[in-house]
Amino acid sequence: MNHQIDRQLVERAALLSRLELSESEIAQFSTQLSAIVEYIEKINTLHTEHVEPLAHCLPVHNVLRADEPRGSLSNAEALANAPDTIDGYFKVPKILDDNSGA
Amino acid sequence: MSDFQTALELRDAIAAQHCSSTQAVQQMLNRIEQVDPTVGAYLSIFADRAIQDAKRIDQKIAAGQPVGPLAGVPVAVKDNLCTTFGTTTCGSKMLEHFVAPYNAHVIERLQAADAIIIGKTNLDEFAMGSSTENSALRKTVNPWDSSRVAGGSSGGSAAAVAAGLCAASLGSDTGGSIRQPASFCGVTGLKPTYGRVSRYGLITYGSSLDQIGPLTRDTADAALLMNIIAGHDSRDSTSASESIAVKPDYLADLKQPINGLRIAVVPTLNAGAEASVQNAIEEALKVYQSLGAERIEITMPHFDYAIAAYYVIATAEASSNLARFDGVHYGYRSPNAGNYIEVYSKSRDEGFGPEVKRRIMLGTFALSSGYYDAYYVKALKVRNLIRQDFVKAFEKADCLMLPVSPTTAFKIGEKTDDPLQMYLADIYTIAVNLAGLPGLSVPCGFDAKNLPIGLQIITNAFTEDKLLRIGQMYQSVTDWHKRNLPL
Repeated sequence: MNHQIDRQLVERAALLSRLELSESEIAQFSTQLSAIVEYIEKINTLHTEHVEPLAHCLPVHNVLRADEPRGSLSNAEALANAPDTIDGYFKVPKILDDNSGA
Repeated sequence: MSDFQTALELRDAIAAQHCSSTQAVQQMLNRIEQVDPTVGAYLSIFADRAIQDAKRIDQKIAAGQPVGPLAGVPVAVKDNLCTTFGTTTCGSKMLEHFVAPYNAHVIERLQAADAIIIGKTNLDEFAMGSSTENSALRKTVNPWDSSRVAGGSSGGSAAAVAAGLCAASLGSDTGGSIRQPASFCGVTGLKPTYGRVSRYGLITYGSSLDQIGPLTRDTADAALLMNIIAGHDSRDSTSASESIAVKPDYLADLKQPINGLRIAVVPTLNAGAEASVQNAIEEALKVYQSLGAERIEITMPHFDYAIAAYYVIATAEASSNLARFDGVHYGYRSPNAGNYIEVYSKSRDEGFGPEVKRRIMLGTFALSSGYYDAYYVKALKVRNLIRQDFVKAFEKADCLMLPVSPTTAFKIGEKTDDPLQMYLADIYTIAVNLAGLPGLSVPCGFDAKNLPIGLQIITNAFTEDKLLRIGQMYQSVTDWHKRNLPL
């Protein structure tokens, strides 16, 4: 697999990550991520046809609890760290523009 | 009293009223004021609160009331553990002013044990790093040499214990973040089995790898801390229940040596460390052999792939976990955001430091369409192969011994321009996290520059009691862990 992380791939990953990178960051990450991915490529030299993927090491699956109501944060507690609030809600810029036909 | 008493010694002195908790805490606060401007171990100090707590413990002791197993002892916790008092910053501009709405499980456990939480320690931002240089908030240096790093990411927790700025501390370990700074700073560090300690209230980095553990002066203190923090907690669904692993009393048999101890070593791996580290590990193995242990040479054919697999898996998990920082619910919001997309993208670009962004990008790339099977699924398969190497090793031996780090503490700034070089220094610690095993770092010597060297001991899952006994065997006949700073 081609391990060159070009500008296009960096921009795509940045878009998916919701990171508005500066020009210099894009250039720097392109170089650094290329070197890292080139190193990571060594895992593809191993034969793993008959190996199961291992997501975690614990012998537990589907941990369930009784479906009973429990306490949760109050409205004030949930909003206490929010950058901006209004009338007990999180406040954000307008999502739909005025001509969206909603 | 000495600034370098163990937590057990200090607890017993306080319980016997040879000194008060208030005196111990005040002396520690004074020392922090003198020493920490140089070391930079702490991000926050709870002076008033700690003195109040200490007075309360002293009153209970004076009144003959029962107290917890850490009564009156000043401890520190890494600043990625949620506390309702003070801030929980993760060393990030993103969370610089964040006040957690609940306490982490381990904080509740420390409080129930009557410990005095004296402050919160510095770390690489979101625990991503090996030197604590990635903290956006403070610089931490190695107490043995202020031109060098303390290691990371629990660098503040290690430096605080080494410099006598707390009796013991808690850190977290995703790829070596307890063991490596413990090694660099000459203290004892334990990364427990995945699932042994509840991660409730630990701000997550790599959810299938993260584990909280103690940094202490010796194995007895690590056992004491494990008695307090280990055990099942239903709020962390990956916390091991008693049916998976009974929680033992880690102090009960600590001083019983293991007869016929079989130690696995991997000569080809050790050969990758610098000469002073190799020599110190060889000397430590001779100490064990003099105690009757048998040395068994083995190979770990997939160990060499651990770093590559780790930087796919850990960053994939991080990219998903850190999606929660959106500039809306809590944390930093960019004042430059015009529309709602910019609230996300500008807040995240301005709020995260370079290493965090690098790992989010790498993880996003590994999980993205067209690369998911080639990188993410492949890395999970390699993870299984690495675990199988350990399974085979523990069929032949009780434990595996190897260095913690290929070098002693490196110079500040030495590796910051080359992230891959920084990653490669984690070669000895990362496989343990991928396999979910417990790993212990114990001081085993000094190099020619008078910098501490660490021996890493690894045992099977949920056998921390045995692991600590193996460490104790060594510390009962050596004094490397008792070398204190000439401060």
